[in-house]
Order: sequence, then structure tokens, then C-alpha cells
Amino acid sequence: MRPDALLHPAPQGLYCPPGDFYIDPVRPVERALITHGHADHARAGHGAVMATQRTLDIMAIRYGDEFAGSVHPARFGETTNVNGASVTFHPAGHVLGSAQIAVEKNGTRIVVSGDYKRRPDPTAEHFELAKCDVFITEATFGLPVFNHPDAATEIGKLLSSLDQFPDRTHLVGAYALGKAQRVIRLLRDSGYDRPIHIHGSLQRLCDYYRLEGIELGDLRPATLAEGAKNAGRDFAGEIVLGPPSAFNSPWVRRFSDPLIAFASGWMQVRQRAKQRGVELPLVISDHCDWNELTASIRDTGAAEVWVTHGREEGLVRWCELNQIRAKPLNIVGYEDENE
Amino acid sequence: MKAFATLLERLVLTPSRNRKMEIIRDYCASRPDPYRGYAIGAITGDLKLKSVQPSLLRELMTQRIDAELFRLSYDYVGDLAETVSLLWGPAETAEAPPPLSQVVEMLSSASKSDTPAILSGLLDAMDVSSRYALIKLATGGLRIGVSARLAKQALAEFGNVKIEEIEELWHGLEPPYSSLFAWLDGSGAKPVAAGRAPFRPVMLSNAIEERELEDITPADFLAEWKWDGIRIQLVSDRGKRRIYSRTGEDISPAFPDLVEAMAFEGTFDGELLVRSPLGEPLAIRTFSDLQQRLNRKIVPKGMLSSHPAFARLYDCLLDGENDLREQNLEQRRNALAMIVDRLPPERFDLSPEVSFTSVDDLRDKRANPPHPVIEGLMLKRRQSTYRSGRPRGLWYKWKRDPMVIDAVLMYAQRGHGKRSGYYSDFTFGAWRDGETGMELVPVGKAYFGFTDAELKQLDKYVRKNTTERFGPVRSVAAGMDGGLVLEIAFEGINRSNRHKSGVAMRFPRISQIRWDKPAAEADRLEALEALIGD
Repeated sequence: MRPDALLHPAPQGLYCPPGDFYIDPVRPVERALITHGHADHARAGHGAVMATQRTLDIMAIRYGDEFAGSVHPARFGETTNVNGASVTFHPAGHVLGSAQIAVEKNGTRIVVSGDYKRRPDPTAEHFELAKCDVFITEATFGLPVFNHPDAATEIGKLLSSLDQFPDRTHLVGAYALGKAQRVIRLLRDSGYDRPIHIHGSLQRLCDYYRLEGIELGDLRPATLAEGAKNAGRDFAGEIVLGPPSAFNSPWVRRFSDPLIAFASGWMQVRQRAKQRGVELPLVISDHCDWNELTASIRDTGAAEVWVTHGREEGLVRWCELNQIRAKPLNIVGYEDENE
Repeated sequence: MKAFATLLERLVLTPSRNRKMEIIRDYCASRPDPYRGYAIGAITGDLKLKSVQPSLLRELMTQRIDAELFRLSYDYVGDLAETVSLLWGPAETAEAPPPLSQVVEMLSSASKSDTPAILSGLLDAMDVSSRYALIKLATGGLRIGVSARLAKQALAEFGNVKIEEIEELWHGLEPPYSSLFAWLDGSGAKPVAAGRAPFRPVMLSNAIEERELEDITPADFLAEWKWDGIRIQLVSDRGKRRIYSRTGEDISPAFPDLVEAMAFEGTFDGELLVRSPLGEPLAIRTFSDLQQRLNRKIVPKGMLSSHPAFARLYDCLLDGENDLREQNLEQRRNALAMIVDRLPPERFDLSPEVSFTSVDDLRDKRANPPHPVIEGLMLKRRQSTYRSGRPRGLWYKWKRDPMVIDAVLMYAQRGHGKRSGYYSDFTFGAWRDGETGMELVPVGKAYFGFTDAELKQLDKYVRKNTTERFGPVRSVAAGMDGGLVLEIAFEGINRSNRHKSGVAMRFPRISQIRWDKPAAEADRLEALEALIGD
């Protein structure tokens, strides 16, 4: 069947007419398939939600148990028939529980990548390649300027900064789901075994990751002892992790002479780091860089590529240059800042 | 090269001035000659390499990558040096890139036809941050938020000497400054100011306090008008002529008309002003006219005749080779008066003495200056020798009271460094008639003038009264029926095409928070316009 009869963009999100479901809809719908737990992909208020068990757990943590009418856990690699369309979830390697979703009918197979990453990461299931006719890829880092360095090298920068400035609180900005746990785990794998202090909003997701068997070591709340005077000194020379939004709030005032770090693929561009007032950029990304995006397009064997959220023009141009049919899918509502 | 690249990267990303100096000091302490000297020269802009044009970089890139992908990338990154350094590709040679000194040598000796190949070869051998440093170096103009002055201050702290000593030596030295570093390290003697037309550290005044006015008598003090121009030092030394800013930056290239008229031998202190076109009677023009001529590398011809430079001289440091700095002010002015007599009057005059009988007389004069470009009085002790720095009790400035308006807080932006987490940059507006009644139009921005305690109150106010957010900026509730009135003090006001309100203030600051005053009673834009001097 024609690919755009199997899946096409609609105001609510990517829609599958034969299966009558949406993938990562941005508005409440009857039937939703969700790739992963980031807030712009996984929203509350749908009727039936199908996602991996971990994504469902994460949604329940974020939105409460009543986040959907009914939930339907999907296992990786198992094919389910939804109103006549075959649906299979494959690991995407982005964050814990993240999936690519393959949709197939009458011999046409489309893979919706969601957000994905191909590098090894002990805090997420490893990306699994899914062959397809049409590959719908994200394009968060879809420009050739993005070449993510080795994450362990970046963590090394944080550790050497701690050596160099032992009196400064190292405030590391990291998004609450995925990035924060990955940074913690990278620190542990680099041999850092001191307590790591975390902002309150990271607590529940860190607890969940541990419950799922991911070791994060000694985590402590970044709060002050009752009535402590000059308590900012408590955090001198310590690592404190928080969501970037907290850095704009009065919360940061408690730390002595803070050194602001930020773990994100955006940090590759110095001007962006400077704009955000980041002194120590850490290029640690949960997405593919340019070479990984283009390699993935080839690896899927897709004859046609649809490009969504991010720098679509860059990837579409690359496909043109490599004689692969491509078009941007203009789906509104995804925030590429959340990386 | 790697160490230099790291230095630049850290300077770019470090917001605090003190910490930037610390980074430069550490670099000078840990890197040997000649690397540290070349790095300092690159920062101060004194290391002049044959400049690589941006067009060459674009050309090199289009040989490596699709033009459309390059365009999209450049669009996104916004900085050519950074775009090229990210797009160049993985380092192609296993060898370490050449050290900074060798890079400097290669670039400065390359012929025009060899430059592309040399640049490509260097880029091939480097990682991203070294490439960025290389391109910044090769294109000239680092733009990393470090002034030459800050670098010299860091050197002064590194060597534990006074910055004036460094400023005085500076123009006789060249990168890599080996003799200077030998002195700063303590392993060599202080270099002799060898170059011609050196800068001499200037004498600065203190703002006078009310109780100090008691000491001001016509017998002890000489009064002069304080003109609203920029302080300069003019040096002419055996054919070499230079105009320095008060921090020792050579600004001669922007003022060729004045340089040409400097037919004297010696070192003089004065105020740089812009005057009426030559041929017309002498009329001193406003600071905004002077601003048109500042920071230019090449001055358009038309500007030379429409905005001619003029120097009003008030002190003589050296008359020929004769150093007058140990003589008193009266003696120096007598020498100056004789010299000025021989200079072309359309370019130079002597800052006249303002006679007065008492402090009250001065107070009157200060309140009613004879010219709009006067910003107050200078009071100088007649017996004072010329002492660099800001010695107490010798020279005073007594500025006019600032202008003041009441404006309404409209937007607030988060600060940096120790102010991060606080809304500390405030945009304020004045009333004007809009299509649907009175509306506020932004007239300026202030980020100082308040105490730490007041900052906390302002921050709290902003958070409580936010109506909209755009990135780091918040819109604050402000209208006829509510809003916070800020009393803004400022030094002057000019017309401006770049601002929506049509006016631009100089040095605006918050002089008082008017918690008591209703927003509707704040000033109107017309009240500001009436203060414009022209």
C-alpha cells in the first residue's frame, strides 16, 4: 500500500488510518502509541495507550496512575495487530524504555524512530536496527556540525574541573529523564564514588532507574540542613545535578560560587553555551549525531525517508545528494530543546 | 596550539572579569616564552598577522562540503570560525599540530598564493578547538570578550607590578614580549621604554565630596570646565605622532585630521571633541557627534569635513624632551600656553581657567554652564605635580547633578555570575499617547544603582508580577492601573534612530525605587525629549 496511506501527519500527530491510532500525538486522542517518556512525546489524557512497560511506568510517575483510559504494554520484538495494522516495538537506545515503532500492512513497512541513539549506554536498552521501506527519522542534530565526542571524555572534563576548582560547586544541568541518570552512571563508571547531589525533581526518576537495576551509587538531595548557616559551603567541590530550568530559579542561590555545566548535544556549539551562561559545556547527547543519523538512514535500507523534529532541511538535503527520496514531515509540538 | 586553544575557549565561556584575569595569569605562569607572549599579543590585538579573509574560508569549505549544507550550518551556528572548525572533519594527520609560535611564523611569512594551502594543512592537523583558535588568529579580531586593558591588568597582577608601568612600556614592545616577561618573572631588568612616542600613565581625578568643598579656594585651586568628550594624550616624538586613550590604547588611526595638525614636540593632556566644519566659527559639538568618529579603522572623507576633530589641551607632561611632570600645575600650564600659541587654532586651544571668588560662586557656575557640552567643573590644586593614577586631594571633578526621570519597569532579564538566579537587568519605559490611550514605550535599561537588598526586592517583585516570559526575559505587569516606578538618573540624553522611543540615555541607573508612586504618574516621553541638548 502507499506509505502515506499507512501513516501521515495530522494536527494531533502522526496518524495511521488503517489502525486508527496516532504515534506520539501532541493532543489527546482515542488510541496512542508512545515511543518514549519525554514530555513532548508522551502526554497525558489519551484513551488507550500502547508503549513499553518502562515507558508506561515513567508516564505514571510523571502524570499519576490515571494518565490514560487504558494501558497496553508492548514487548520489544513482539508483533501486535491493531485493527489490522501490524505494530512492532524495537529498542531506540534514547532513554530507558524508548522504542522505535514499526508499522506494517500489505507488505509496506514504515519505522518511526522516535528519538534514538546508537552508542552504548548502560541506562538504556541498546538500539536495534529495523529494516523498512520508509524510515521516519528525527533530526535533532541533523547538521554536519554535530559530531558528538566520546561521552567518557566529556565526563573527564567535569572531573578535571573539579580537581582544578575544588571550592566551587559544580552545577550540572541535565534533563530529568534519561540525561540525568546517564550522567550519574558515566560518573560512576569513571570511578567517581562520592555522593552526588540531586535536585528534588530528579528523585523519583532516579529511584525508578535503580528499581530497574541501573546502579547510580550514593545520591543525596541537594537541600540544606535545617537552619544551617552559610550552608552553601556544604556543596563546595561537590557535583549537584538539576534540570536546566532550576538554574534560572532562586534554587541556585544556595550554592557557593557555582560553576555552571550543562550536559547536552547543543553544547557542541560554543555560542549556544555562551548564550546560556554555561561555563563548562559537556557534549553528552541522547540523540544521534550527523554521521550516526546518515548511517542509520543507509542501514535501514529505506527507499524513502521522512524527516521530523529538528533541522529537517539538513537531512533532506543529504538524502537528495545521496539519491534517496526524502521529505520533511512538519509535525508541530516537539521541542528539540529537551536534550 | 592546544594550550592557546584551551585558553581562548575558557576566556570565551568565563563570565567573570576576575576569573578571566586569573585564567590569563595561570596561562602566563604555565607557558614558556614565546608562546605566552604571542597569546597575549593575540588578545591585545598587537600581534598582526597577514589577515585571512572570510571569503577564503568559505571557498575552502565549498571544496569540502555541499554548499547548501554549509549554508544551513553557518546559519545555525552563526559564527564563521566556529562553523568551519566544526565542519572541517576529523583531524587527518597523526602528528601533533605545530606550536603557536610556529603557526604565527607560518602565517605571517606566507605569500598570498601559499596561504590557502598552509591554512588547509594546519586545519587538517588540528582538533576542533585548535581550529577555532587558528581561524580567530588568522582572521584577526578575537572577539572573545577580553579587552587589551584587561590583559594588561592580568599581566600586572602576574608580575606584581602596577598596570601604569606596563601601559607606559607597552608601545615600545612587540609580541612575544620576551623582555617584558623576563622582568615580570623577576629574571630580568625592567625594559626601557624604547619606542618613540610612548604613552605616559595619566593622572585622574576623584569625584568631590561635599565636605571637601570647604578646601576649595581660588588661591589653592584652579577651576576649568569639564567638557563631555574623551580624555586623550597627544604625543609627538621626533616624527612619530600618536593619540592615546586614557588607558593607553592607540586611537590615532581614527583621527588622521588631528594627527596631521600635531606639529609640536612633546606630550599633552587634553579632551578630544568634535567641532563645527573648518571655516565656520569654532563650535564644540555633542558627545554623540564624537561617537560617530570613535572605533573606526578608516574614516570616510566626508566625515573628516563634517565632523572634524578638535583637542582642548589642559596639561603638558613633556615639552620636547623636557619632562615637566615634577613641576607644579601653574608651571606646566604656563609652558602649555606658550606652545598652544604656536598651534593651529582650528585644531587646538587651551582649556581656559574659570575664575571664581568662592565655593558658592562655583556652585552657581556649575549650575549654569555657558555651553551644553559642559558636564561640570574640574578643580585642580595649583601646586600639584603630575602624578599617575588617582591620587587623593589633587584633582577633583564636580559633575553637574544627573538628570532624573520617573519611569515604569517593563521587562527584567536574568543576570550572570553572582547575579545568576536574580532578575537584575531592568528595562523601563515612559508614557506616550498610543492608539488606544496612554502606552509605555521603553526608553532605557539599567542594571546598577541599587543595593543588594534592593536587588532582592526587585527580583521578588519581578517574579510576582510576571505577565510573559521570553527566554531569560520576563515581561512585568505595567499599565495605568499598576506597575513599579523607578527613579532613573542619567548623564545625558541624545536622539537615536536605533531605539523605538527615539531617545538614548547615557549611563542610566536606578537612583531610587519609588514603591510609593502610582505608575500613571511616571514621566512622559515628551519630558525626556525636552532634556535633549541640541
